[in-house]
Amino acid sequence: MRLLLITLIALFTSIASAAELRGYMGGEVRYFYQDPWQDQQTDWQASFVTQPEFYWDLDENGDNSLTFTPFMRLDSADKERSHWDIRELKWLHLADNWELEVGAAIVFWGVTESQHLVDVINQTDDIESINGEDKLGQPMIHFSWIDDWGVLETFILAGFRERTYAGEQGRLRLPFLVDSDASQYESSRGQKHIDMAVRYSQNIDDLDFGIALFQGTNRDPVLTFNPQQQNLTPYYVQMTQFSSDIQLTQNEWLWKLEWLYRDTKPTSYYATVAGFEYTLIGLFESNADLGLLSEYNWDERQDEATTPYQNDLFVGARLVLNDEDSSELLIGVARDLSYMSYSGRLQASKRIGERYKLSLEAWVFNSKEPADPLYYYQNDDMINLNLDYYF
Amino acid sequence: MNLFNKLKLTHGLAFTLALSFIIPLTAQATQDEAQIRGLEIAKSRKNIDAGWRDSQSSLEMILSNKQGETSQRELRMKNLEIDNDGDKSISIFDSPKDIRGAAFLTFAHVKGADDQWLYLPALKRVKRISSRNKSGPFMGSEFAYEDLSSFEVEKYTYRYLGEEEIEGQATYMLESVPTDKYSGYSKLITWLHKSDYRVLKSQYYDRKGSLLKTLTASDYKQYLNKHWRAHKMVMDNHQTGKSTELKWLSYQFLTGLEESDFNKNKLKRAR
Repeated sequence: MRLLLITLIALFTSIASAAELRGYMGGEVRYFYQDPWQDQQTDWQASFVTQPEFYWDLDENGDNSLTFTPFMRLDSADKERSHWDIRELKWLHLADNWELEVGAAIVFWGVTESQHLVDVINQTDDIESINGEDKLGQPMIHFSWIDDWGVLETFILAGFRERTYAGEQGRLRLPFLVDSDASQYESSRGQKHIDMAVRYSQNIDDLDFGIALFQGTNRDPVLTFNPQQQNLTPYYVQMTQFSSDIQLTQNEWLWKLEWLYRDTKPTSYYATVAGFEYTLIGLFESNADLGLLSEYNWDERQDEATTPYQNDLFVGARLVLNDEDSSELLIGVARDLSYMSYSGRLQASKRIGERYKLSLEAWVFNSKEPADPLYYYQNDDMINLNLDYYF
Repeated sequence: MNLFNKLKLTHGLAFTLALSFIIPLTAQATQDEAQIRGLEIAKSRKNIDAGWRDSQSSLEMILSNKQGETSQRELRMKNLEIDNDGDKSISIFDSPKDIRGAAFLTFAHVKGADDQWLYLPALKRVKRISSRNKSGPFMGSEFAYEDLSSFEVEKYTYRYLGEEEIEGQATYMLESVPTDKYSGYSKLITWLHKSDYRVLKSQYYDRKGSLLKTLTASDYKQYLNKHWRAHKMVMDNHQTGKSTELKWLSYQFLTGLEESDFNKNKLKRAR
């Protein structure tokens, strides 16, 4: 037994030493300055996070490689937020005009900023951040054909990942806990349902576009109230989604459109997000650029929508200093035109020295309508400070 | 002047009438000559380096501020020569570590805005970005995007200014006025080596016409018995006191890169 252990450690260290390592680790402090819905919820939250990436070049020209990217967060207050994931564990083969990726991986689709509507391959790691940009690793066989006529990709997605939710002590949650252990599925195969997707993308002059078809388990669950347990049960339905994402780039104007049609239960529906980003280059004769963004989010289900983006206008400004510390600031407000509620965000970051990055994030929520998904966040205004060390 | 003197001696009064025509005409002639000569030099510069096809290089970028504090960046570049248009290039960052793996893809164009995509490894997202920023700084340095993009004859109009010696080397002095209204400069004055047209020095004048920056290129090495490449470029900003040094650590030519390697979907492969 001991010999086996020593052999394993030796094997692991020799493999690890052959790897190229990059990644980050950091500390985060969050403060919620309003009283929570429930007494057990925290005001202060501190956590440690790390995401190393191990990369093995198997044949010294990068054509065959192995990537392993574990992720871990340890949180002082929320047991659910202390979590780990395998963001990537994949073998990648590159040929001149095709690629094959096998294993857990992350894939991004889309062009807009206020929400990532058509991006459905990976489950959202919702407990990480509320901007929906953190994703869980998805096991897949991903084949890409890259040619002059465009890129054709096929995905076979095996093994469904459930969405993450805040725990009892956590903030940014509904007044009832989500019991992920009790998750239900429309498909009798449950988490074993194999999802499929196809995507074609191309760019022609100023136009970049993609069209995609996805058939499988919807990553957004319907939460149903369980009166006995006084909690919420996620229900994952099947869907067929047809989507498209388009960006037109003309000098300082970026025009963006994402739309989808979901054939699903209980109702099939259309949803879209469309808008622009206009950049004022060299603001006041300086090196800074100021981007003005506006996007409109719409969902045919309106009040029945499972997302907060059913009739929302997002307006924001992004200041990029173009200095040696890569300083950036984003301020934005999403106004819900049905409930007249709003959420505001501020995101700022700058590099310190060669290896540290400091980020500040703040969110405010204001909603008076209990039917509005944002209503339950209204006491969760917060400030989040991060210091990350990159290696 | 000879013509002028002869006229004055033989004709007297008739001369004063003729003067109002001749003076502008001769001035026009020398102006045209300087422009023709300038264009010839620019064409020679382009032609003498044509046929390099593709290259891969790795470089360091050292940013210094007025107080002499420095910070460093490391990057790799892949370049592809495109006939009758701007070149294609990919820049991949190795440091600072927080942007490691970030990659830029640029299709430079002779006319109009360039096409540019940025790959963000943290989100696995390839983003098409506004290409109007050519006058903006490249990664917080004193080099603007347009300073680093490929030289194309059609990007400027020229005027030959004469010859000058720089550190013992005979050069042509050339004035170039950008044709693109989005350029950050009103003009450039460039000193080109007389025998092989490599740039030894360049002065950049801002939109108001004041001297903004001076580029000094040195440590030239010749590749494939033909193509000269500077291994050190220093850009001094006279208005801010900041400077940026680019140091090439390696250069390789004929590496077999093709147009299909400069596809936005392959940015994700860049490591």
